[in-house]
Amino acid sequence: MKAPAFAYAKPTSLAEVFDCLDGSEGVRLLAGGQSLIPSLNMRLSAPTVLVDLNHIAALRGVTEASGVIRIGAMTRHHELATSPLIASRVPLIAKAVPHIAHQAIRNRGTIGGSLALADPSTELPACCLALDAAIVAASRRGERRIAARDFFLGIYETALAPDEVLVAVEFPASPVNAVSGFDELARRHGDYAIVGLAAQGVRKGETWSSLKLAFFGAGDRPLLAEAAAQAVIAGKGIAEAQAALQDALSPSDDGECSAKTKMHLARVLLGRVIATMESGT
Amino acid sequence: MSVADQMKGLTFLDRPNSYIGRSVPRPNAKRLVQGRGTYVDDLRMPRLVHVAFLRSPHAHARIRGLDISAAKAAPGVIMVATGADIARVCTPWVGVLTHFKGLKSAPQYPVAIERACWAGEAICAVVANSRAEAEDAVALIEADLEPLPVTVDMETALDPGTPVIHADLGDNLAFERTLDVGDVDGAFRHAAAVVENTFSVGRHTGVTLEPRSIVADWNEGEEKLTVYHSFQAPHMMQDIVCKHLGLPEASVRVVCKDVGGSFGIKVHIYPDEMATVALAKMLKRPVKFVADRLESFVSDIHARDHRVKAKMAVSKDGEILGFEIDDLTGIGPYSVYPRTSAVEANQVVNLTGGPYKHQNYRARARVVFQNKVPMCQYRAVGHPIAVMVTEGLVDQAAHAIGMDPAELRRRNLIRDDAHPSTAASGIKFEKLSHQQSLEKLLTMMDYDGLRKEQAELRAKGIHRGIGLAAFIEITNPSAAFYGVGGARISSQDGCTLRLNPQGGVIASIGVTEQGQGTEGVIAQVVATAVGVPMSDVRVVTGDTDATPYGGGTWACRAAGIGGEAAWQSGKALRANILDVAAVILQSTPEVLDLREGKIVDKATGVERMPLAELGRVAYFRPDTLPADLKPEFVVTRHYVPKDYPFAFTNGMQASYLEVDTDTGFVKLLKHWCVEDCGTVLNPQLVDEQIRGGIVQGIGAALFEHCRYDAQGQMLNGSMADYLVPMSSEMPDMDVGHVVTPTASSELGAKGAGEAGTAGAPAAVINAINDALRPFNAHVCVQPARPEEILRALGKV
Repeated sequence: MKAPAFAYAKPTSLAEVFDCLDGSEGVRLLAGGQSLIPSLNMRLSAPTVLVDLNHIAALRGVTEASGVIRIGAMTRHHELATSPLIASRVPLIAKAVPHIAHQAIRNRGTIGGSLALADPSTELPACCLALDAAIVAASRRGERRIAARDFFLGIYETALAPDEVLVAVEFPASPVNAVSGFDELARRHGDYAIVGLAAQGVRKGETWSSLKLAFFGAGDRPLLAEAAAQAVIAGKGIAEAQAALQDALSPSDDGECSAKTKMHLARVLLGRVIATMESGT
Repeated sequence: MSVADQMKGLTFLDRPNSYIGRSVPRPNAKRLVQGRGTYVDDLRMPRLVHVAFLRSPHAHARIRGLDISAAKAAPGVIMVATGADIARVCTPWVGVLTHFKGLKSAPQYPVAIERACWAGEAICAVVANSRAEAEDAVALIEADLEPLPVTVDMETALDPGTPVIHADLGDNLAFERTLDVGDVDGAFRHAAAVVENTFSVGRHTGVTLEPRSIVADWNEGEEKLTVYHSFQAPHMMQDIVCKHLGLPEASVRVVCKDVGGSFGIKVHIYPDEMATVALAKMLKRPVKFVADRLESFVSDIHARDHRVKAKMAVSKDGEILGFEIDDLTGIGPYSVYPRTSAVEANQVVNLTGGPYKHQNYRARARVVFQNKVPMCQYRAVGHPIAVMVTEGLVDQAAHAIGMDPAELRRRNLIRDDAHPSTAASGIKFEKLSHQQSLEKLLTMMDYDGLRKEQAELRAKGIHRGIGLAAFIEITNPSAAFYGVGGARISSQDGCTLRLNPQGGVIASIGVTEQGQGTEGVIAQVVATAVGVPMSDVRVVTGDTDATPYGGGTWACRAAGIGGEAAWQSGKALRANILDVAAVILQSTPEVLDLREGKIVDKATGVERMPLAELGRVAYFRPDTLPADLKPEFVVTRHYVPKDYPFAFTNGMQASYLEVDTDTGFVKLLKHWCVEDCGTVLNPQLVDEQIRGGIVQGIGAALFEHCRYDAQGQMLNGSMADYLVPMSSEMPDMDVGHVVTPTASSELGAKGAGEAGTAGAPAAVINAINDALRPFNAHVCVQPARPEEILRALGKV
């Protein structure tokens, strides 16, 4: 459980980070380190250079401008959990963060690290999907915005180019009548979820005008259950929405839980989250 | 106590300022929470080097060759040693004992030589200046391994077509025990109902906070080996090191300082630890091995892994007529040295049905080899399996004949006034308190109230369950446990006390401390017996050079056996002190007493002289004492239980929980335990032992599982994937006591460390099944994952 030797760079500006990303193999960016450091110690990865992003002030903080909430990549989960701006403008994130691992991990872990890792069983990628977030990637070539639905490509796989750094994520502020719902099923508090659901919609009176259902732990990336959302919007009843999950999700067997059971649990979760959102609690 | 005091009905509890029976704080707690513990990995010494092991990636493989040239040339590397190199210094062992008739196993080497028999077995050792350098070099070893056919599933281990792991042994059967008592067939023939089931208890492991750790240092100048070891039984380790390294006893010292949890996993001989000792001898310098978390999962012993087919016969008015069980357990490729891996199955046979009066019992237990991590004794050896089988069947029987499960237990538990008694399996009980324990538990939990609440909530679609479990626990083992089978494991323990001039007492004792509070309990007993403030007692444990010879701490023996040795020693020291005091005070010992560090008049309690004054005179002015007075201020007394093989304890547990029938998730609402460990020396320590034990039992019931694939690879060997029970999921626990002291000792204390683990899984599983009863669903697999419950409900 000792990491193999590696070089370490501690840049203080993005320009220096870009210098480090010179195209050579084995360069890894270090954010909160809550996944990367254990994988080094377990010798599951052996980078040649670790580029520590923890000393770049520009990558931290939550700001709002022109109806967009921007969260710097190095903003810690704990900061999200305690941000009044997040609580009022992106409440889905506020609901999701307490489910992320344990307090010690939330103190160090970052939103940028979580999104760039793209672990399909984690909370924040699904939230990005449900919220139509834009992931901001920067390189010497400039900044570009990648829609969340185009960003997550597979297990630990994203649309980031090798010379790009995930610098921020931008969320449209919640519109009027927005409702959000979040729940997950984990064996123990703080575990990776067996399956989870981040949901965001607009609901006036008894009527849905939009709804996004982003499942995690249900495939190789966070997955939008669009037909199920349409069934709910159309008022066809929860059973039809649950049935529609069959084609939308593709969970896999693991030792704790079979794919079949995960599908069952996803249906249960959908029923519960929609019921909570519709009851306005 | 003097005979006169006993005649008056007085006990040690009546001694003025007795610490016994009080929840006094543990003297070592403050030190540990301040981070001042000394664990093996804290040791720093000159010329210390570190060993890391290459471990077999295959569950079974022939070692065709090891190219160690690159590893030898790697930075910081001191030595690369193969199994053959180490075997020149340390001989192999075979984990058998003669009282398990027919038990067989194969020679096991510190580092495998020809074959690796489980994924995780060490096949080469690298010693380097740092652990990181050793790990770097391990990665450079080119191992030419030929994978061999594996035997993984215990169900097929004995089939003719299954590969035999050790050809010399003929088959994969390590041990078999059968028992047939009474008229079992008749009992089943005359039964109103026969209930049966197959119970499966998964493999799990200890997951100690401090992993296995050892530093061995061979001092060539003195020809002495010092072993610092995170271990439960220092004298046993000393004896085994002597035997396998060919050293005389005087050359080997084993020191066990602070130990960060053990739960039974640190009482076995581990190949990598013996290799570390051998390497220290080879290199003539200190070598450290600290198992990392990943290698712990594949090299610490695993536990359980039982499949029990069982049935029980019951009459129409609820009399249990008999049990029949067939236990199958897989122990990995070797029986673990020196305690063997036959003990758990043997306990299952001994303990099943044990709390009940029935006298018809047939049992078979088979212990088979397989290519998995070796299995051996872990907290509550065999107990939770026996309790699950027994109590699961009792609940099924209650349902079958339409009787309340508490009532069925009440009718069948051995009566409190029926002792001494012998269970169907032949185990002997001096005195138990099943009936009192049951009634106390039912009152504590408001059983009738809960049943009412359960019924009301059921009508609202909330499914709660109540589970009961009676248990017995083996504690205070005599030589019957290991000694009679040829194991050089001490069942006796001694305590040496030394009075210092200021009145302080040093107590050195053979039992050891692993975080459970042994030192605290010994200090309480010594302070009470001698008559000094507890703060004046210093306890020394875990050093073969400094303590009386003893067995260490396992099988719930520290308080019951070590405590009695301390009590007897304390009384003897007090008598010696009072003899001297009587001379100084021109009195007689009979009218004096020693209380809280003062010589007092026994009748009035009036102080006659501080103990420190006696110490001053005796140590510095012996010239003022009569010539024929020879103060003896160091005393030793030993204790070993002799009249019963074990001091059985008993108790009753209950679980109250809610099952989410849509998700299969279980929410634990409350847990109760009433137990009888005899005299309670420190109520808080006992309660916390019970609670910690319950948590480990809940871990087995719901969470912990070493999962394997068909190739013998453990699939979840990390803390992310192996689910230890954590506080968020644990219920509140109420602990109550019935006190039935053992007459085998004056203190009357029995063990309490394993009771929680023994009974908790059955209480929880029974509660789940109670909740599921309206659905006609039943689970009997541990851990009872949500998926198992959904499957039972027919939802997946």
